[in-house]
Amino acid sequence: MNFQHPYSELLRTDRLPHIWCPGCGLGIALDSFCMAIAEMKLPLDKLAVISGIGCSGRIAGYLNVDSFHTTHGRAIPFATGLHLANPELNVVVFSGDGDLVGIGGNHLIHAARRNLNLKVFCVNNFIYGMTGGQMGPTTPPGAISATSPFGNIEYAFNLPHLAASCGAVYVARWTVLDILKLKKSMQEALNKKGFSFIEIISPCPTLYGRFNNQNTGVEMMRYFKTHTVHNPKANLSEIEISHGGQIVVGKFLDIERPTFMELYRKVVQERVKRTLDEKYEEKAYPQEHT
Amino acid sequence: MKNNHLPLSQSHFINGNEACAEAALLAGCRFFAGYPITPSTEIAEHLAERLPEVGGIFIQMEDEIASMNAVLGAVWGGLKGMSATSGPGFSLMMENIGLAVMTETPCVVVDVQRGGPSTGLATLVGQGDMMQARWGSHGSYEIIALCPSSPQEFFYQTIQAFNLSEKFRVPVLLMADEMVGHMSEKVVIPPIEKLEIYPRRYTLKPPGEYKVYQRAENGVPEMVKAGDGYRIHVTGTTHDERGYPFMNEETQKELIPRLVDKIRKNHKELIDTKEFFTEDAEVVLVGYGITARTLRWVAHLAREKNLKVGVLKLNIVWPFPDEVVLNLAKKVKALVVCEINMGQMVREVERAAKGFCEVKFMGHPGGGMHSPTDILEAVQQVKA
Repeated sequence: MNFQHPYSELLRTDRLPHIWCPGCGLGIALDSFCMAIAEMKLPLDKLAVISGIGCSGRIAGYLNVDSFHTTHGRAIPFATGLHLANPELNVVVFSGDGDLVGIGGNHLIHAARRNLNLKVFCVNNFIYGMTGGQMGPTTPPGAISATSPFGNIEYAFNLPHLAASCGAVYVARWTVLDILKLKKSMQEALNKKGFSFIEIISPCPTLYGRFNNQNTGVEMMRYFKTHTVHNPKANLSEIEISHGGQIVVGKFLDIERPTFMELYRKVVQERVKRTLDEKYEEKAYPQEHT
Repeated sequence: MKNNHLPLSQSHFINGNEACAEAALLAGCRFFAGYPITPSTEIAEHLAERLPEVGGIFIQMEDEIASMNAVLGAVWGGLKGMSATSGPGFSLMMENIGLAVMTETPCVVVDVQRGGPSTGLATLVGQGDMMQARWGSHGSYEIIALCPSSPQEFFYQTIQAFNLSEKFRVPVLLMADEMVGHMSEKVVIPPIEKLEIYPRRYTLKPPGEYKVYQRAENGVPEMVKAGDGYRIHVTGTTHDERGYPFMNEETQKELIPRLVDKIRKNHKELIDTKEFFTEDAEVVLVGYGITARTLRWVAHLAREKNLKVGVLKLNIVWPFPDEVVLNLAKKVKALVVCEINMGQMVREVERAAKGFCEVKFMGHPGGGMHSPTDILEAVQQVKA
């Protein structure tokens, strides 16, 4: 019998099986995305997915769309150029927490500030997975990792709070257990004009859970199940994730603000159009070089 | 003139940076991402005003890392793109210049060199990034770099840089220096129809038959852009013809020699040097950028003293014109290399000369230029 993957249209099936470990949540995040775009019947030729480096960085390459696997942390600025060069494209940045918030944090805050029309899906597994489980900017305080063997002494970023305060117009957080809500959120982001940010909490049993009393993917998912609180009205400054603590999820922000491209068209290009003829009359020197 | 708002074809009195910016527009550049840095900022300022006039996009990014990536993204989005910077920013761009090499993304990076290392002499001349241009990103690769000596040459080399980047699908580095960037001179802009502009070579193959990294003419694959239905995968990881990442020796052995051979096998096409009074010269001064102008003056002074001195001016510095240097080395007593650094391209000259003649070095740490009389003195020492 010839079994086909239900999303074989959307995936580069010749690249499967994927590289992710058993119990990893990235497959679910990718599946939610496939569900979202399949349901929306998005024109796939006008969809571009950009990833950085890391386990999550592999997502772009599995999708059968124009996909770019850039350098570590640089998915957002690459996507910025792509989006501005062709604003018709629906540009999605799909990458990990270490990539987008660690090494690429500067780009995240500035892209949000500019309200570029990018959809950023940040898979947060609390750890640098690909390199072997080092602590990162989202590792909860106290957690054990390869580079915090005595427990992490740093505070972690609260990503929805960060994105919202930098100017994102759409902010949500879900765990990979909330697959339908995640899908819906992705669809909303894809339809949204402006910088949209979804934090996707995902288990990494291999390199995070095992060292932090959650040995398997199932155990980590059970933790998500028992500790998730759906509260879209939560005060964003209070929803940081602590080790073994509550995970507040929901769609926290959905507002309107002119995008970079809208303002570029309105302010820059129209202004140029208005003054151009005048200016060239002024500057038109009599003699032409021959 | 009103219809396209490209620069007027006439004589202008502008500085090198402005000449570069106008040339970029003529070469078809429609995207600029940059970060303010002396002494290159005039390029960004000029394009901030001019790009919207020709329907292009200007964006000031948060740093040079972002700028370089935005340019690469814009190129895959279908535009010709450029960034401009100076030493510290050039250092930040290095990783993603490597990404451009690996993904074969045509683009132009201008480095208006200042005195270094570190912050160094932010407002004063230097030529200390020449080896960084060649070797600054990690891994094995070949690159193209040009050095203008005047605003007029900055103009032409900017167009040449865009053409070469499209032809070979490599990032092309324009290694200007502060003096050429800030010097105002007469710049003649010819009518656009007299300029040779190399368009991007897009594939004619339909999706399905096209492979993103299949070698075509000169070993260079044909381009597509995102959104055209080709569903490409582009990665900085070692990849096969389809663009799929494969981390193994075989794929690396297939890919890296091809990337390097694009330049090495077409090396002859990339020789661009100019010689002055070299027919009978016994000593040839070798230089590039602003220094090449000093050298021409030295040659004049020397000829007045009946010293047989010539000048070799390097226009394309990378790939290095080995043959040209070797031929001269076989004819002359000495090559005197002058550059505003403590010894970079002189190593290449020594290597290329293969011991056929003496190679002398006259360096300058930056912040100013060589004094012609100092060079003349060095020349006279060779004679004695």
